[in-house]
Amino acid sequence: MNELLDPLLLARWQFGLTTIYHFLFVPLTIGLASTAAVFQTAWYRTGKAEYLRITRFFGGIFLINFAMGVVTGIVQEFQFGMNWSEYSRYVGDVFGAPLALEGLLAFFFEATFIGLWIFGWDKLPRGLHLATIWCVAIGSIVSAYFIIAANAFMQNPVGFQINAEKGRAELVDIGALLTNPVALAAFPHTIAASFMVAAGLVISAAAWHLARNQHLDTMRPALKFGLWVMVGSGLLTTIFGDQLSLAMVATQPMKMAAAEATYDTVCGADASFSIFTLGTPDGSTELFSIRVPYLLSFLSTHTFDGCVEGINDLQAQYQELFGPGDYTPIIWVTYWSFRWMIGLGLAHVLVAVVGLWLTRRGRLPKQRWVWKIAIWSFPLSLAAMIVGWVFTEMGRQPWIVFSQMFTESAVSPNVTGLEVLISLIAFTLVYGALAVVEIRLVIRAIKKGPPEVGEPDPETGRHEPAATVY
Amino acid sequence: MDLTVLWFWIVAFLFVGYFVLDGFDFGVGMSLPFLGRDDVDRRVLINTIGPVWDLNETWVIVAGAALFAAFPEWYATLFSGFYLALLLILLALIARGVSFEYRHQRPESRWKQWFDRMIIVGSAVPALLWGVAFANIVQGVPLDADHNYTGTLLDLLNPYALLGGLTTLLLFFTHGVVFVSLKTEGELRERARRLAARAGIITIVVAAAFLVWTGLAYGSLWFWILAAVAAVALIAGWLANARGAEGVAFTLLAVTVAAAVFALFASLFPDVMPASNDPANSLTIANASSSTYTLTVMSWVALVFMPLVLAYQGWTYWVFRKRVTRASIEAAVH
Ligand code: HDD
Ligand code: HEM
Ligand code: HEM
Repeated sequence: MNELLDPLLLARWQFGLTTIYHFLFVPLTIGLASTAAVFQTAWYRTGKAEYLRITRFFGGIFLINFAMGVVTGIVQEFQFGMNWSEYSRYVGDVFGAPLALEGLLAFFFEATFIGLWIFGWDKLPRGLHLATIWCVAIGSIVSAYFIIAANAFMQNPVGFQINAEKGRAELVDIGALLTNPVALAAFPHTIAASFMVAAGLVISAAAWHLARNQHLDTMRPALKFGLWVMVGSGLLTTIFGDQLSLAMVATQPMKMAAAEATYDTVCGADASFSIFTLGTPDGSTELFSIRVPYLLSFLSTHTFDGCVEGINDLQAQYQELFGPGDYTPIIWVTYWSFRWMIGLGLAHVLVAVVGLWLTRRGRLPKQRWVWKIAIWSFPLSLAAMIVGWVFTEMGRQPWIVFSQMFTESAVSPNVTGLEVLISLIAFTLVYGALAVVEIRLVIRAIKKGPPEVGEPDPETGRHEPAATVY
Repeated sequence: MDLTVLWFWIVAFLFVGYFVLDGFDFGVGMSLPFLGRDDVDRRVLINTIGPVWDLNETWVIVAGAALFAAFPEWYATLFSGFYLALLLILLALIARGVSFEYRHQRPESRWKQWFDRMIIVGSAVPALLWGVAFANIVQGVPLDADHNYTGTLLDLLNPYALLGGLTTLLLFFTHGVVFVSLKTEGELRERARRLAARAGIITIVVAAAFLVWTGLAYGSLWFWILAAVAAVALIAGWLANARGAEGVAFTLLAVTVAAAVFALFASLFPDVMPASNDPANSLTIANASSSTYTLTVMSWVALVFMPLVLAYQGWTYWVFRKRVTRASIEAAVH
């Protein structure tokens, strides 16, 4: 067999590519919809033109981004059947339900109210129009819940039973599926992280203008807002991340052992957390490392004398349980992605705290380097998000559904390597081209600055926003 | 009623919703080269569907997800089997979807031309290929004992299926052009009405051929009844358009699409994917469906939320009921 045309490998690359790509847009949708809603509410209450301008500024960026989220989402919905038909047959009875709930409860809602928001400025009463953006924001968060519940089933399968006769998993408890402890921790963690990403965008855009001393009336409040949201959601992300770690130690100890590259079971002070390590790529021998004693024990068990199971012991256990095979994920991927996620995230909180200090009581720092750092907020917070997912998904391997199904038995048997290769190339090219267009449009929209909104109506003293058209 | 039967018809309903709604906005997209004489015209056309195309398209997402949840075997066989055809549909939907939002972001005419092309091709490809796909499902495809499709892409492009594709393409085109005449004013509206009259005649001929072929080869009693409804509605719709009753014409064409898609599902029932090589390998509502528990849960959710969805979507169409004028586009751009 030709190595290059291995359908499994190609299908995995394709899934990773398309899902990561989809998720470049999702957190911004979730965070910016709420951002626009907050500023539009401020405008609704105060009638101040600045708030309207901020709403339309970030609203415009939000829409450029939203279009990509929608079209890449359609691919997600279909590719389980296309590339992973055995998976779909085996767990469709369980896994299909949250996806269908998501469509019916969230996607319809979002897709309808986004149209009303974009085109409704001059057609709906002010209050009703404000409600439409809140509906979009709520819809995006609800949709995240269902998809994470679906994903959590793959991480920690619950609420199902194997039907031996039909050879598949069947749902027996929808309540258990939707209150999966992994979902309950992963959902707030992801939503809080999404707000970090949106705050990153707000900070980056505001910093670009403030560094040039322009649009102070709108960008100053925007920066304040972004910094506070970054600090708040950063802390929440950390707290929920800690909860998620506990849930993972309980459900997938192998993933967490791989996150720390702990080969042998360690306890107490020996269960140290390495902040940085030099050594062989898989961490099995180390040349140099910075370690914090007890931290790993504390993170994994919330006690200082707890034990953390090592990869070797877990591997032996799993062989006994599930038969011979290799049950370890790729260690260097899990090890580094886990560190980058946490490191980048905490760095953002730090930067935002310093930012709040530097801009206290209306100050604007003059040093260029301050703004240069601030502008990196958006790309780097997005990167933290992405490596977090790479950790989650690759740390689960070799399982597609932990303890139930291997990724290698999930792939469509009748789809040839060539077909997957064609689609992989097609998606790479199209997504690549669209990425260039989208990034340019976003940068252009940021540089253009907040739009003018004209003079207020002399009778009401309020602005009457103009109609939007495609 | 047996829940698997109920879900067969819910899936049918979701696809009907998709073809009725996204069908006419494919038609509007395809009409750009015929009706859009200048940039303002083209913007008028795009804005007739601007607020609703996303909600229309979401019907296929929900239909796909419902298929996954209620008939996982059907979902798996269909999407892995029609792999490359589906890939083309996805790429087309991507191109079309971003174009609506990105086209107006820059003033250069070259920029706009690019996105116009993407809207046209992105509308025509799915309009054709969905027809090809459904005709193939009705006709039956080779399946092995594990229900995996064993044919190739070329097997899908047989004469019967291509006729099915041509039928949906023309039907959606005519429906979309009638929608344009319903949603615009003045000269554009008049041109759209005339174009619909011409396109309608070809549509009637092709659709008649497809329905008769289907009926003779795969028809059941219910198929013939629904096909007759579709035929009558199509001809009546054509007449209404000729007399300038756009609203009536649009509604009748929606009835045509709905009845035709229901007719295809009626000819399938109780199979969901008949195997052309060996009937024993066919997927049926019994062997493709989810467990009773899953179907029960899903039924309750559908019962509660479907009416709500229909209500707020109906309200959206009501909010945007006004015609789109050249003046409104010119005012908003300045
Ligand atoms: C800005 C982004 C960001 C930041 C700062 C953090 N995370 Fe995170 N993390 C994510 C973004 C993220 C994510 C991308 O959203 C993931 C992927 C899956 C998920 O639920 O959230 C994730 C997954 C994830 C997982 C794996 C869950 C699984 O396998 O299902 C753990 C254990 C943690 N995180 C723990 C933490 C801890 C202890 C953090 C801080 C101290 C932390 N994360 C900061
Ligand atoms: C948006 C966040 C997500 C990202 C960035 C992401 C990323 C990835 C990556 C990188 C892989 C490849 C792993 C490997 O090949 O070793 C993967 C695998 C997979 N993920 Fe996710 N994922 C996300 C969410 C989800 C969700 C919500 C689901 C389920 C609904 C899901 C289902 C899968 C499946 C089925 C695979 C199997 C393919 C494979 O293991 O290679 N993912 N994902
Ligand atoms: C791999 C599994 C996934 C599937 C099948 C999927 C499916 C989809 C689909 C079909 C859409 C388009 C909806 C529309 O037309 O409005 C979409 C958009 C969206 N998805 Fe995903 N998605 C996946 C991963 C994720 C993850 C992991 C999250 C959240 C944590 C997420 C959150 C969203 C949100 C909030 C939207 C709406 C906003 C937007 O379009 O940008 N999705 N997704």
